Amino acid sequence: MLAFLLRRLAVALSVVLTVSVIAFLLLHLSGDLATDLAGPEASPEQVARVRVEYGLDQPLMVQYGQWLAGAARFDFGRSFYFRESVASLLGDRIPITLKLGAIALGLALAVAIPLGALAAVKRGSWFDRAALAFCALGQAVPTFWLGLTLIIIFAVNLRWLPVSGNATWSHYVLPSVALGWYAIPAVMRLTRNGMLDVMASDYIRTARAKGLRPHTVIFKHALRNAVVPVVALAAVQFGFMLGGSIVVEAVFSLQGLGQLAWEAIARKDFPVVQAIVMLLATIYILLTFLADLLNAWLDPRIRVA
Amino acid sequence: MPLLDVDHLTIEIPTEAGLLHAVNGVSFTLERGETLAIVGESGSGKSLTSLALMDLLPSRAVRKARSMRFDGIDLMAAGRREMEDLRGDRMAMIFQEPMTSLNPAYTVGDQLTEALRRHRPVSRAEARDRAVHLLERVGITAAASRLGQYPHQLSGGLRQRVMIAMGLMCEPDLIIADEPTTALDVTIQAQILMLLRDIQREFGMGLILVTHDLGVVARVATKVAVMYAGRLIETGPVEAVFGAPSHPYTQGLLRAIPVPGRTRPGEPLGTIPGQVPNLIGPLAGCAFRNRCDRATEACAAAIPERDLGPGHRMACVLDPVAVPA
Repeated sequence: MLAFLLRRLAVALSVVLTVSVIAFLLLHLSGDLATDLAGPEASPEQVARVRVEYGLDQPLMVQYGQWLAGAARFDFGRSFYFRESVASLLGDRIPITLKLGAIALGLALAVAIPLGALAAVKRGSWFDRAALAFCALGQAVPTFWLGLTLIIIFAVNLRWLPVSGNATWSHYVLPSVALGWYAIPAVMRLTRNGMLDVMASDYIRTARAKGLRPHTVIFKHALRNAVVPVVALAAVQFGFMLGGSIVVEAVFSLQGLGQLAWEAIARKDFPVVQAIVMLLATIYILLTFLADLLNAWLDPRIRVA
Repeated sequence: MPLLDVDHLTIEIPTEAGLLHAVNGVSFTLERGETLAIVGESGSGKSLTSLALMDLLPSRAVRKARSMRFDGIDLMAAGRREMEDLRGDRMAMIFQEPMTSLNPAYTVGDQLTEALRRHRPVSRAEARDRAVHLLERVGITAAASRLGQYPHQLSGGLRQRVMIAMGLMCEPDLIIADEPTTALDVTIQAQILMLLRDIQREFGMGLILVTHDLGVVARVATKVAVMYAGRLIETGPVEAVFGAPSHPYTQGLLRAIPVPGRTRPGEPLGTIPGQVPNLIGPLAGCAFRNRCDRATEACAAAIPERDLGPGHRMACVLDPVAVPA
C-alpha cells in the first residue's frame, strides 16, 4: 500500500512539473513581452527598462527557476492589469469557485448515483426509461439557458432564492444546480452501466445464494464495485467544474476563478493566466490522486497495481 | 419424507427466436446423506435445474413444476422472503467459478461471517470463530490469518475451499455444487471432490453434484441423473446406471470414457455423432433420436418412463440391450 502511494505521488509530482513548464512557456509564446507591457507608444529605452524591471533580460532557465520558486510559495508576481499581487487576486476568488464546484459535484453525485443504481436494478422498467430520457434531456440543455431559467422561476417569480451574488449559502443553490446539472447524465449513465455489469456477476449470485436481502446485495455487494469507475469520472468532472464554471459565474455574477480567467485572457494579463492554469492543473492532479486513493480503498485489487 | 422431491420441473426462457424449452419435466428425489449427481453435456439444463431449486434463475426464465418440496416446504409457493430465509441457511450452493464467485471488494472473513450473521443471532466474535473452524475443516492452514485476506490474494483451489466453508456456515441440510471442480487444476479437482464427499458424510447432508465428468460421478455419487436436451433420460443408483446403462445416450456417454482394464491401449474411444437439437419451439418425441443408431418411428411419439429396477428409470421406448463390451 505504501509503495502504491509513493508511486502515485511521484507520478502526480512529475505531471505538476510538466504543467509548470507549459504554463511558464505560455508567457513567452505571444512574442516579446517587454514590448507588449511597455505599450505601443513606448520608446526603445522604455522597453529596455521594462525588460530589466520584469527580469525578462535573464536567460529563460533562470526566469523559469525564479518563477517556479515563487509559485511554490504561492507567489505568482504582480498582475499586469489589476496592479496587485496575483496571490491576493486568487485568494479572493478561489473560495467562491471551490464552494460552487464542491456543492455542484455533491448535488450531482447525490442525484446521479442512486438514480443510476436504481435504473440498473429496475432495468427496462418505466423508471429506467424515464432515467435514460432524463439523461438525454440533461445533456441537451445548455448551461446558460438552464441558469437563466432557474433564475426566472426560483428567483424572479417564486422569490425563493437570490438572483445573483455570493453573500450567503443560499446564493449558491441555483448556480450549483446549473453547474451540477451538466455532470448528472454522465455519472448516472456510468453508474447504471457499472451496476448492470456488476449485478450480472458471479459474486452477486453468491450473495443472493447466501440469502442476503436485496438491499444488502445491491448496496453492499454491487454498488461498491460499480462506483469504482464513477470515482475517476467524478474527479474529472470536478476539474471541469472548477475550470469551466465561467458561464455559470457570468450568469449568476459570482466573482470566481472562471470570471478572473476570462478577464485575464481578454487583457493579456499573463501572470494571472499562468497562475490560474497552474492552480487548476494542480487541483486537477490532486483530485486524480485522491480518486486513486479512494478507488484503492473501494477495490483492494487496485492496491497492488 | 425425502429431503428434496422435485416433480416435473420445467424451465422455459423466452428468446428472440421463440420459447426455449431449457428444462422439460425433470423429476427426482434426494434423501439426507445421499449424493445425487446430475450429469449431462453443456446446454442439457443441469445447471438451470440446480439454480431453479434455489430460485436463482435469471429473471426472464419461467419456472414451473407439478410440485417441488424441500423438507416438506413447497418451494413453488414460497415467497421471495421465504426463499431468502432458506437460502444460505438450510440450502447452500457452491458455484463453478471460484475466481469470480467471491466479491473482490470484501475480505474472506467478511464474506464468511456475513453468511452466518444473516441467518443467526450471533456476535461478530462467534461468527469469526465458526469461520476459522470451518476454514480449518476444509483444509486451509493459518485459517485465522486468512480472514483478513481478499479473494485476489488466494489461489483458485483456496477460493473454492472458502466457497465450501461459506456454504457450511449455517450447517445446511442440502448443498448444491454446480461443477465445483471444472475451473480447477486436475490435482486440486480430486482434493476438492474428496473434501465435498467427506463433508457430506460428516454433516449427513444431501448433496447435489452437477457435473459433466463421469469419473466424478463414479467416485462420489450414490445416485445419478443423466440429462439430455433438458430432459431426464435415465436415473438410478450409481451401480445400476453404470453397471447396466440402458438408455442409448447413457451407453454412448460411458463408451466415451476410458475404463482401466476394458479399454485397450490405442483403441479409439466411443463418440456420439451429431448435435444436441435446437430447444427453441416444441419438440415432440425423444430428443436423442436424431443421434441414436437404434431410433425407430416409435421414437417420434411421446416417450413413457420405464422402471428398470429399484429406483432405476429411463425414458426410452426401446428395450434395453446390454452394452457391447
